[in-house]
Amino acid sequence: MIGLFRRPWVRSALTNWVQPAAIAGILVFAVVRGAENINYRWQWYRVDEFLFTTENGTWAAGPLVQGLFVTLEISVLSLILTLVIGLATALLRLSSSVVGRGLARGYLELIRNTPLLIQLYVMYFVLGPILGWGQTTTAIACLAAFQGAYTSEIFRAGLRAIPRGQVEAGESLGLKRLDNYRYVILPQVLRNMLPPLTNEAVSLVKNSSIVSVIAIFDLTTQGRNLIADTFLTFEIWLTVAAIYLAVTLALSTAAAMAERRRAGA
Amino acid sequence: MSDDTQSVPDDTQTVPGDAPSIIAFDGVSKWFGTFQVLRDVDLSIGAGECVVICGPSGSGKSTLIRCINRLESHDRGAVRVHGVPLGPGEQLPRELRGKIGMVFQSFNLFPHMTVLRNLALAPMRNLGMDKEKAEETALSYLERVHIGDQAEKYPDQLSGGQQQRVAIARALCMQPDILLFDEPTSSLDPEMIREVLDVIFELTDSGITMVCVTHEMGFARKVSDRVVFMDHGEIVESAAPDTFFDAPREERTRAFLNQILHYEASA
Repeated sequence: MIGLFRRPWVRSALTNWVQPAAIAGILVFAVVRGAENINYRWQWYRVDEFLFTTENGTWAAGPLVQGLFVTLEISVLSLILTLVIGLATALLRLSSSVVGRGLARGYLELIRNTPLLIQLYVMYFVLGPILGWGQTTTAIACLAAFQGAYTSEIFRAGLRAIPRGQVEAGESLGLKRLDNYRYVILPQVLRNMLPPLTNEAVSLVKNSSIVSVIAIFDLTTQGRNLIADTFLTFEIWLTVAAIYLAVTLALSTAAAMAERRRAGA
Repeated sequence: MSDDTQSVPDDTQTVPGDAPSIIAFDGVSKWFGTFQVLRDVDLSIGAGECVVICGPSGSGKSTLIRCINRLESHDRGAVRVHGVPLGPGEQLPRELRGKIGMVFQSFNLFPHMTVLRNLALAPMRNLGMDKEKAEETALSYLERVHIGDQAEKYPDQLSGGQQQRVAIARALCMQPDILLFDEPTSSLDPEMIREVLDVIFELTDSGITMVCVTHEMGFARKVSDRVVFMDHGEIVESAAPDTFFDAPREERTRAFLNQILHYEASA
């Protein structure tokens, strides 16, 4: 009997399926029992109208899906800006310019040592009016400034991880500086950076929920408003969490697939 | 500049035969911080010559050949490569750089490209070859180093000896006049050293000037036209291989040879 649990396929089935299923079962049981104890009346049947509505026979996005689109829009735009800020900051930190290095360092410390919520308030209430930025612009700029600081460290590590010999090999073949970067260095940097960059993208999607405090109708705001209207607290928050989970898991899966394709290529 | 005839024979300035010198060091010194890695080096190498540089580690051998293709710059004196005079901090024109191939101790193949692409990249970007021509050339050089069948593999799928032969083929694809070898067999397992040395040996009648830093003394004796011994950043002795190994002039050379030939001789 003991021997059975030592067999590889039994062990992998246990860790891959049985254990997760057991844990999920316990969690669901706890939530359901807890809800029963406080006499919570589940009304899951009302949730689908918040996802999709059918008016005049055509499908339309419900408030939660509309919120998801806003969340995705803000996430994608700030991710692009994050990459630009991250690369620029990393290059500044690796540069020989004292001013450049100081500037990058100062930005990094400022962002890393203040709360994201406070950064958002400062941008929205102080910088926003000065620069004439609206809510969405402020939200995107704030998220990108925050995530860019962390991403720059990833770029820096990625650039430094390329052995000097790679640059020298390119140089000794007479490659132009730009060709050396384009064909030899950057492809290797990007390959090394894909896993940590995925983490940053996932963080970005999650952190984007903070923009709900400046009245942007993202997924989180929509959820909160629905609860205020319907008092379906459990159903809505669980649904909102599941939607975030679906987005971030899709991101990680896509990255894992891209990585495997490169590794196998 | 070459062929100085002096009353006291000084091999460091002598180029065998009438070959014009293609590489010349004239009073070259270099420092890493306060450490002087090259001390007033004079050395002239003729076109087509094969020179082996040996010496204890830290003696400046690698730095010396890296000053030829300007991966390092020197701090004092002058280097001439292909007749181009180079002062401290001066870089070679890029098209000339491609004419000086280098083979590194750690291969330095591009890990994200197939073997074929490793070879074809520089000729496509710099010699204006189209893809087809570059890959055709690449294949012919791969066959020359006896690994034509590995063209579609990635470097990490090859053994160390195969990787180093790819690196040699990659350098050859740029049709170099000068090939620099920086301890090409030092990171190889013993059973792979031979296949790499054989390939280098086969290049000796190609007319390419070769400068090879190595500890393989058997190879030096068989292949080189001249052996240069360096210690503490200076050239101690420079002689034809037979003279160098059988009748070394300097005490330091003898001490060095005693140390490294000890086991080879008894084996």
